[in-house]
Amino acid sequence: MPTPDEARSPASRVRRFWDSSVGKKVVMAVTGIIGIGFVLGHMAGNLQMFKGAGAAQAMHDYAVLLRSTGGLLYVMRGILVGAIVLHVTAALQLTARNRAARPVPYAKRTPQVSTLASRTMRYGGVLLMAFIVFHIADMTLGIGVPGFRHLDPYNNLRNGFTRWWAVLFYVLAMLSLGFHLFHGAWASLRTLGARRPSAAPLHRNMAVAIAVVTAAGLVAVPIAAVLGLFRDDMPVSEAMSTARAGAPGITPAGAAAIGTASAAASVPRA
Amino acid sequence: MDLISNIPSGPIDKKWESHKFDMKLVNPANKRKYHVLVVGSGLAGASAAATMSELGYQVSCFCFQDSPRRAHSIAAQGGINAAKNYQNDGDSVQRLFYDTVKGGDFRAREANVYRLAEISVNIIDQCVAQGVPFAREYGGLLANRSFGGAQVSRTFYARGQTGQQLLLGAYQALEKEIAKGGVRMYTRTEMLDLIVVDGQARGIVTRNLVSGAMETHLADAVVLATGGYGNVFYLSTNARGSNTTAIWRAYKRGAAFGNPCYTQIHPTCIPQSGDYQSKLTLMSESLRNDGRVWVPQSPGEKRPPHQIPEAERDYYLERKYPSFGNLSPRDIASRAAKEACDSGRGVGPGGLGVYLDFRDAINRVGRDKIEERYGNLFQMYQRITDEDPYAVPMRIYPAVHYTMGGLWVDYNLMSTIPGLHVLGEANFSDHGANRLGASALMQGLADGYFVIPYTIGHYLASRKFAPVAPDHPEVRATERAVEERLRRLVGIPGKRTVQSFHRELGKVMWDKCGMARDAEGLQRAVSQIQGLREEFWENVNVPGSGAELNQSLEQAGRVADFLELGELMCRDALHREESCGGHFRTEHQTADGEALRNDEQFTYVAAWEHAGDGQAPILNKEPLTFENVHLATRSYK
Amino acid sequence: MNLTLRVWRQAGPAAAGQFVEYPVRDISTEMSFLEMLDVVNEQLTEQGDAPIAFDHDCREGICGMCSLMIDGVAHGPMQATTTCQLHMRSFRDGDSITVEPWRAQAFPVLRDLCVDRTAFDRIVQAGGFVSITTGNAPDGNAIAIPKPDADAAMDAAACIGCGACVAACPNGSASLFTAAKISHLGHLPQGQPERYRRALRMVAQMDLETFGGCTLFGECQAACPKEISIDTIARMNRDYIFGAAFEQEESRAGGAG
Ligand SMILES: Cc1cc2nc3c(=O)[nH]c(=O)nc-3n(C[C@H](O)[C@H](O)[C@H](O)COP(=O)(O)OP(=O)(O)OC[C@H]3O[C@@H](n4cnc5c(N)ncnc54)[C@H](O)[C@@H]3O)c2cc1C
Ligand code: HEM
Ligand code: FES
Repeated sequence: MPTPDEARSPASRVRRFWDSSVGKKVVMAVTGIIGIGFVLGHMAGNLQMFKGAGAAQAMHDYAVLLRSTGGLLYVMRGILVGAIVLHVTAALQLTARNRAARPVPYAKRTPQVSTLASRTMRYGGVLLMAFIVFHIADMTLGIGVPGFRHLDPYNNLRNGFTRWWAVLFYVLAMLSLGFHLFHGAWASLRTLGARRPSAAPLHRNMAVAIAVVTAAGLVAVPIAAVLGLFRDDMPVSEAMSTARAGAPGITPAGAAAIGTASAAASVPRA
Repeated sequence: MDLISNIPSGPIDKKWESHKFDMKLVNPANKRKYHVLVVGSGLAGASAAATMSELGYQVSCFCFQDSPRRAHSIAAQGGINAAKNYQNDGDSVQRLFYDTVKGGDFRAREANVYRLAEISVNIIDQCVAQGVPFAREYGGLLANRSFGGAQVSRTFYARGQTGQQLLLGAYQALEKEIAKGGVRMYTRTEMLDLIVVDGQARGIVTRNLVSGAMETHLADAVVLATGGYGNVFYLSTNARGSNTTAIWRAYKRGAAFGNPCYTQIHPTCIPQSGDYQSKLTLMSESLRNDGRVWVPQSPGEKRPPHQIPEAERDYYLERKYPSFGNLSPRDIASRAAKEACDSGRGVGPGGLGVYLDFRDAINRVGRDKIEERYGNLFQMYQRITDEDPYAVPMRIYPAVHYTMGGLWVDYNLMSTIPGLHVLGEANFSDHGANRLGASALMQGLADGYFVIPYTIGHYLASRKFAPVAPDHPEVRATERAVEERLRRLVGIPGKRTVQSFHRELGKVMWDKCGMARDAEGLQRAVSQIQGLREEFWENVNVPGSGAELNQSLEQAGRVADFLELGELMCRDALHREESCGGHFRTEHQTADGEALRNDEQFTYVAAWEHAGDGQAPILNKEPLTFENVHLATRSYK
Repeated sequence: MNLTLRVWRQAGPAAAGQFVEYPVRDISTEMSFLEMLDVVNEQLTEQGDAPIAFDHDCREGICGMCSLMIDGVAHGPMQATTTCQLHMRSFRDGDSITVEPWRAQAFPVLRDLCVDRTAFDRIVQAGGFVSITTGNAPDGNAIAIPKPDADAAMDAAACIGCGACVAACPNGSASLFTAAKISHLGHLPQGQPERYRRALRMVAQMDLETFGGCTLFGECQAACPKEISIDTIARMNRDYIFGAAFEQEESRAGGAG
């Protein structure tokens, strides 16, 4: 039987932190928040698709801008990959621990207040992982996208979403992301102990906003593509891009900062 | 049997101080050589075990629940008294002492009560330092409320969960010592007998309630803190597991039993609703701070309470006891409720209930304030009765609550068996014939934190202890007796369930040895109980075996002991030809129905000595002298 | 009213268990759930069957001894209520009710519906106390404690250690129990000296006992008969993070000696 004294392990601080259920969960929350930041920035970048005339150029310029940051892009990519690795590792380990904590299931269990979202974090997470792999292969590496061209995200997206199954998978994945964040955005602040006590701790207004905005914002692009809202735009001009790259107002307001991060996952353009 | 009370000489306010100096000490390095068994992990047991371990003794602690935190002290709601005089309302050690002696109807030992009052202030300090979240005022200082039998506000509380919070404090101190290795805790372990070797208490025999295994624990001293025996009445406010087994076994091994008939019937409990009822639930006495007790003026009143006009209500406590009113002591309030119901004016099913009405308080201070003060009690009431006490008055009725009687102990809390110490509700000591509200928690913690740690050292340092071999004939004999009894219990090819015997015993006790007693009824009860006991040993049905988790067997052993104790209680009640405190003999009352004491003949502690099965117990008397409080008729008018 | 009970029966810790159905007749709505089980047990005893073992003691919702997963809900359908305080009026005539023990690796079944919850005691042993010894406390009013702090401490201290939080949690986590104690002491000045050490040690012990982690489902809070808030868990994590980052390693040289 475990005794309290065994609780003092000689391992290092970091190791002990990672080994504890709370520590691991904190890592999930921090990496999850990094993910939220990325996703919001990425979404903002994507919404340039709706600029109308010049959208293709804007998307291109945006892609070029991200590449012009030099090493920063790689730092961000590193952070994101690291975050995903940590998030997923912790998710797997915690899930294993949680399963082991109840080896004999109940014959009958009636959830009282837990949301479907919270109970499906693990499954949603698996879907997201699959999506991330697909998405990088698809939009970053261009594998299987008809007429894929480097640094032309506008047309790549337009073309990519001519495949109905890609649209379907994308939409599904983004809805599940919204679901993941409906619980995650609320939970992460509590996990970090950063929430003040409240009379109704289960309420989650901010999380709903984040979840709805990300899911809606990200789903808008494939839906619009299917509806044919993205016309053939002007062919992208390299010359113009350099001229306009530094000009203000190109990237949508507020996206500039996180925009860097969004490029790091190198999802659509690169 | 000699009853040597060992009360120190000198003026009352110096006795404990000088006694502490006179007592022998065990030097720190030697303490760990002594092993003390503490049976019980309630306020008394947990505080004693933790404190003795802090001092350096080796301690083993036992409880029958699955965790020491579940001892029945957890259920105390209202509060704990202490003579802090934080309210500047004239309280003092002297006044708490006086109130307690008077509240006990002059049947307690003065010196013990004075010590209790003195120590009370240290208890609060100790508990605050442990992190007990007592109620506080906005200024950050401790809050107080009033309790029955006192005209000062000296009760400290933690919402309606004072016992819980105090016990958790003691439990946490105990767990701290367990972690350090000073205490070995045995949960789900029941003491079934006491081992006496060469006239000294040297160990106990226990049963592991999970595996059924019998275990013998030998030590240098034994401390019993096993709580009260109110469950002899079957229905009481005690937990279902509360029992007399530990002290009863000790009694049968030679410890005198003090004042077994002194039982406290608490005035404010939720009335019984049916035969299946398994326990009665207390509504804290603190409710009487704001609730007004009344019954309709006329017998057989059928209207719902809110339709009964003010003029047709009888606020009988306020009427009969104007200076204490709704805060009259428990024995008085209970008897008054019984009288009201006996006169046909009781309310609710069967007419066994009186109203406790918060209408006026809600109008005066607002519903919010009342909710803040008693929210959880109101909730509990509503859960049980399905009635909203904010809208309709509560219905309450007296119920057995506390047993002032218990093993006789001297000033050092040692019983008549050397080495056997008894603390908390299990001993007979400080409350005389009636305990004031919020004084049991005080006594349990005083005994455990501040008395036994000193007096145990004195005992251990005063004697030589040869080790007892596990195969010592006395040890073997005790083990065999326990085994034999268990074998007998599971072997009876009977028909009736344990519970049915318990229920029947309870009914006899309640009817004949309850709120009002008389010689004829008590005599009848003695023979009824004897008959029931005989039937029990022939016709009880205990399924299963002794070698497994067997709750019927646990219950059977406890009920078997209650069946013996019940008789002793009736005999004690029968012999005490007076009314005092919780003991009300209908033959002895004043013209207006108040208790009539007989100081000339009965100013003593009745300490009963076991004389062998089937023999009448022997009565020993410890005379009580009152040098500091004037023996007077108790009046709360 | 008449009911059908489906009860988990298991003869001992190592024995295999199964559900057994019992028809129950003429139950009064005024009975508590445990009183209903008492009736069943008396009948079983009279028939010569083994009565159903279940834990209980105070029967007034404070000792934390009673348990039971009733139709998939810890302590049954009534909010903020222990099983012993649950009354049969919460059920309807003809209902079929499934009764199971708390299930968790850290709470092994002892018999039928009784489980071993001593893991909770060991979590407290790891640090759920204030390290003072009897007799050296300052006056109770020496340190003023703001009422809101005292109240918040009391809210958390109301935990009765019944284990419903573990039972209700899909992860079998003891976070609410552990966090309640950490919050209780953490809100009070007396708890400050050991605040971060306490969080580190109690969480470590909670993990050692094989409880699951917290996903913030909120089920524990809903099941808690004392309505302890999951806000306490946020507090526990904060103390844990702070402790993990800043708490000094205990000096090898020890104290003053
Ligand atoms: C509902 C209720 C409310 C109350 N409210 C108040 C109040 O507001 N203020 C106040 O001052 N008093 C109050 N009291 C009285 C007070 O709570 C008790 O008198 C007091 O707590 C008793 O403490 P104790 O330590 O002596 O025994 P308990 O707390 O009863 O502990 C007994 C211990 O002994 C163990 N035990 C018993 N038998 C055995 C055995 N055979 N083998 C092994 N272990 C055994 C048990 O496991 C338990 O650990 C109340 C009592 C009740 C019932
Ligand atoms: C890559 C695949 C992913 C997997 C497998 C995954 C898995 C999980 C799981 C299982 C949890 C719940 C952990 C628990 O409480 O037990 C979780 C929480 C969370 N996830 Fe993910 N997730 C993934 C991707 C993402 C992404 C892309 C984001 C952000 C956009 C994200 C944000 C979060 C957040 C914020 C939390 C809440 C952390 C907390 O409760 O404190 N996750 N994830
Ligand atoms: S039996 Fe004590 S809480 Fe239910």
